[in-house]
Amino acid sequence: MTTRPHDHPGEAMPATRFVLNGTDRAVTHEARVTLLDLLRERLGATGTKKGCAEGACGACTVLLDGERVNACMVLAAAVHGREVTTVEGLAAADGTLHAVQRAFVEQDALQCGYCTPGQVVSAVACIREGHAGSEVEIAEWMSGNLCRCAAYPQIVAAVQQAAAELGTPQGGASGAVQSTAPAARA
Amino acid sequence: MENFTYARADSPEAAIRAAADGAVFAAGTTELVNWMRLGIVAPPALTDISGLDLAAIALADDGATLTVGALATLNAVGTAPPVRTHAPALAEAALKAASPQLRNRATLGGNVLQRTRCPYFRAEAAGEGRMPWPCNKRVAGSGCVAREAPFDRAALFGWTDDCVATQPSDPVVALAALDAVARVQGPDGIREVAMRDFHLDQQEGGAATETRLAPGEMILGYRIPVDAAARGSAYLKVRERESYEYAMVSAAVCLDHADGTIRALRIALGSVAQKPWRLPQTEAALAGAALDEETVQAAMDAALRDARPLPGQGWKPRLAANAATRAVMMAGGIVR
Amino acid sequence: MTVSPRTRDIHHVDIGTARLIVAPGGAAAALPETGIGSTERRLDGDDKVTGRAAYAGEEMPPGTLHGVLVTSPVAKGRIVAIGTDAALAADGVVRVIVPDDMPALAAPSVPPVAQSFVPMSDTSIRYEGQPVAIVLAETLEQAEHGAALVDLRIEAETPTVFETAETVTPRTEGNGYILGALDPARGDAEAAMRDAAATVDAVYVAPTRHHNMMEPSATLAEWRGGALHMHDSTQWTYGVRYALSGLLSMEPGDIHVRCPFTGGGFGAKGYVWPHQILAPLAARLAGRPVKIALSRAQCYTGSGYQPVVRSRVALGADADGRLTAIRHDTENVTSTADDYVEFGNAGTRSLYPAPNLSLTTRIRRADVGTPTAMRAPHEGPGMFALESAMDELSYALDMDPLALRLANYAETDPANGKPFSSNRLRDAYAEGARRFGWDARPRRVRARREGPRLIGSGMASAIMSTFRFPASARVCLTRDGAIRVEAGAQEIGTGTRTIFPQIAAERLGIAADGIEMVLGRTDLPETGGTFGSSSTISVGSAVADAADALRARIEGLADGTLPPREAWPALLRENGTGELVGEGGFSLPGDAPFDAHGGAGEHSMHTWGAVFVEMAVDEALGLARMRRCVACYSAGRILNPVTARSQMIGGIIWGYGRAMLEKSAMDPRSARYLSKNLSGVHLPVNADIPQEIDVSFIEEHDPHASAIGVRGIGELGEVGVAAAIANAVYHATGRRVRDLPITFGDLVG
Repeated sequence: MTTRPHDHPGEAMPATRFVLNGTDRAVTHEARVTLLDLLRERLGATGTKKGCAEGACGACTVLLDGERVNACMVLAAAVHGREVTTVEGLAAADGTLHAVQRAFVEQDALQCGYCTPGQVVSAVACIREGHAGSEVEIAEWMSGNLCRCAAYPQIVAAVQQAAAELGTPQGGASGAVQSTAPAARA
Repeated sequence: MENFTYARADSPEAAIRAAADGAVFAAGTTELVNWMRLGIVAPPALTDISGLDLAAIALADDGATLTVGALATLNAVGTAPPVRTHAPALAEAALKAASPQLRNRATLGGNVLQRTRCPYFRAEAAGEGRMPWPCNKRVAGSGCVAREAPFDRAALFGWTDDCVATQPSDPVVALAALDAVARVQGPDGIREVAMRDFHLDQQEGGAATETRLAPGEMILGYRIPVDAAARGSAYLKVRERESYEYAMVSAAVCLDHADGTIRALRIALGSVAQKPWRLPQTEAALAGAALDEETVQAAMDAALRDARPLPGQGWKPRLAANAATRAVMMAGGIVR
Repeated sequence: MTVSPRTRDIHHVDIGTARLIVAPGGAAAALPETGIGSTERRLDGDDKVTGRAAYAGEEMPPGTLHGVLVTSPVAKGRIVAIGTDAALAADGVVRVIVPDDMPALAAPSVPPVAQSFVPMSDTSIRYEGQPVAIVLAETLEQAEHGAALVDLRIEAETPTVFETAETVTPRTEGNGYILGALDPARGDAEAAMRDAAATVDAVYVAPTRHHNMMEPSATLAEWRGGALHMHDSTQWTYGVRYALSGLLSMEPGDIHVRCPFTGGGFGAKGYVWPHQILAPLAARLAGRPVKIALSRAQCYTGSGYQPVVRSRVALGADADGRLTAIRHDTENVTSTADDYVEFGNAGTRSLYPAPNLSLTTRIRRADVGTPTAMRAPHEGPGMFALESAMDELSYALDMDPLALRLANYAETDPANGKPFSSNRLRDAYAEGARRFGWDARPRRVRARREGPRLIGSGMASAIMSTFRFPASARVCLTRDGAIRVEAGAQEIGTGTRTIFPQIAAERLGIAADGIEMVLGRTDLPETGGTFGSSSTISVGSAVADAADALRARIEGLADGTLPPREAWPALLRENGTGELVGEGGFSLPGDAPFDAHGGAGEHSMHTWGAVFVEMAVDEALGLARMRRCVACYSAGRILNPVTARSQMIGGIIWGYGRAMLEKSAMDPRSARYLSKNLSGVHLPVNADIPQEIDVSFIEEHDPHASAIGVRGIGELGEVGVAAAIANAVYHATGRRVRDLPITFGDLVG
């Protein structure tokens, strides 16, 4: 490919600097590497799980500048200059569990544990976004995370418990999403 | 996937120049990465446009136009107060798409360019000769076998023997009903394209050409005229799963009504064609009609009489007519 | 949308478990504060919520190569040539392994090897997705791209699929997939049907579905000298050892398999699949460790599936509803290599007594991979058919569906006349009906409407065979006074890392928290696989036995009485003893390697349940959603109400998936699954599932099945749910759906 001199030339091996769980990281990698594979295969951060690599399961959910995203759908190069928080970055430095992590254990919101890091990270964001106002709202806003062991009711309970402890922000405008469910949970 | 070069564009012009040299625009990459994995595309270069200043959502001072930047994420669109107030169908369509995580990445610009969910098209087949079956979109001229498949998401309208795919986007349906206009920029400057004409069905574009966007053109954003019907709009999505699922059919309705009478109605059906399917004759017929289920249902049943369901999908026109009717009743506040 | 206080409360784990164990008659049993039966939380919970729990392939030794399988895009044919030049020229590609590179393997023993055809052992192609080459590269991306560059020349033939295959009788000789008689019969079913006051006769189809466990199968193989070390995602570490020992003609002791955590399996990781055979071969050829993680797409052809089961069920009853004849003919798809039999009529054998019975079990061989067990095998797909037919019969008789079940209650096992080891199904029916409010249900269909929705309720019985394996375990008192429990078993989400310490704790009279649980390795005491709801019954009994042995040894050091826990380290020091070890075991009558539902013993062993479901159906939009589910079970003693409840809720949601969403459709021309991804295959999501899933168990202690009063629960939760849902949809709408999943075409009107 040719580029005009005044444009940024593309790089096949971009050097990506970002903050991972509070620590500066610098990695040079092929442009095709996703954030998920960068974390798991190069940085040894295997807490983030690979369930589908196509944005269809949520096991790889991480926070990118505080917002939850599927790490499998994010090119590693695109996190240059940004902050990534994974499940490894949630507990306090002394190992004290995050309220969401504790709630997942207390409500038994996990079984095999493979989707759990993604669920936990997603739940942290769900509460921060203000989408933990009701069981229906939580279930909807936690639906980006599949759990084949199917701990769904317990996951809702865990998010509720943690939200009560952390305090739910106001103004989740999207609570108004209408449901096509025939009187689901009515 | 094959490696590529990656660069960040600092202006639309720079990105468009890169595209002229073969680069592909990359923003949320929630579709692009999958296309590359599946073997649908193998671009030599990506030009990352996500840093461009194209994410603003605003209501113009006169209150008559809502503008949404192409880089606004679906979650941003769905939760933005101006969108929720002045174009609720778009907000609901945005929030019913994909998942919370994907909606934090997926942009309204990229969303309208997503391609069909037809499983024949979506075959995992990276590598020469790995397609397990014919698909005219994947290998031009190879044929289409989806017509005789155990598959229920085929088009009702506009399809040909070469392709029966549908456009799966939710926001596209709302944008078409809202009479939104896309601003697009290419090497020759900026132009506008009405969203009801943005996509092409197979009778218009064949199996391969799905939009009126020219190669190298980039969507900058959308202009949505705000009227009473837009403010009274609603979106209904019908799908197997309650969430995180593409529509089997959907309907966006813009409705202005008073005293039980329809004053103005615009309606677009989703996932029934390779483009959002507006029902202009029905819209005209129902203007001035009573806002009651019987009247609306009769009009929708008539509108779906032209549908051409594939074998085994004979129930789909009825579902589409019912969904359209229900969406009107929702917009009218008659049912929830 | 408002949330009623009742709904709000019911999910809460303490409330859910408080009413979990009920005495016959409905009084909630008091749960102990500690030990067995207490609401101990998962002891590995912290590891799982922090990401510390390491799954297969997540710890890579230096120099590990990434292996990516190249798979066949056609289902039947012959490999003519494999061009590797382009792949080898790509950055980072180290080696491309093709069939010619493969060493000769001994004949596989099926099971533990899942299928008798080992891909790449010849040039034949027998199913789409079959591995035909392996690309090894320094990075995952390089290996993936290398796999795309391999040039496959294949001579393709037209494949056969279930719909076009011939129905045949499975081979029984030398067939490891035969779990019982194919065609049990008694009396004259045909004649009895003619004389019956009411009959039903229909065909029910439970389609092919996949396990779709969240962790795609992965394995890391490393050779150290002549020894093979595998870090494998498996439900059976010892099965991997035995499978590879046979195929590679190696001493079992030279094969070391570890799997501390399994990211779900549901049967897909029970037996040994091609990637687990190919990874060690590739590692040997490359002289470096090799990790192969299946892509999600490869999971659809790389680790089995639950085959489509087509059932014809005919029932005849007298005017009082007593069954006079049962006919249940089933057939399932299988591969050309193996006659895998899904015994869809397994539950029909033991649930209802009828003087006249005719069952047949058939297969259709197609150009597809070999199926495998999946939650819940046999009874899962089969009971959809039987319990739908029972519902149809209840309407034919104008009889309440629950009353029909009670009129046909089996006091002993109809299959063989043996007494049950323990059976509280009658109490489960009563308690489930009471909690659901079944009595208030209107008899006729389409009787209840709320706005655009029709509301209906349905019920079904559940039955599941009890499977048992021999097991061994060890419980150790360490020099510093800690307790360590050891067993080769796996942790797959069922809570073994919690249950086994609880069992040891109770036997030793101490708290479970702080007990170290070591499992998932072949250098630990041997156990069977973690499948068939067999772990707690088998390994749990061995742990109890080992704890008893340790307790006896501690008491032996202390003059025959058990000193307080804090005195144990001193006791070891005083006696100059190092670590004190209790060895324990669980064996089956006649030292059998496996037992299904009591086998040759005196008692028949099953678990049961009564499932009640309320569905809301929006006919205009073709949508049906579950509003609530009440399920009460008879399954033996419940060791941990928290993990048991979770497992049953999971099973119920699996049943919802079977009824409403899941089907692995196949393109009939290519014999390729239409979608091999989680966006095209629909699994339940959180928003599909109501909070109100009310699980309970009848208080029970089974004295025969195990040493600890338990039977098994993991599979049982899935059984009956799909029928209860379809029956509720019928009650709501008058629409009988016999072909799952229930979808728009069945409902829209």
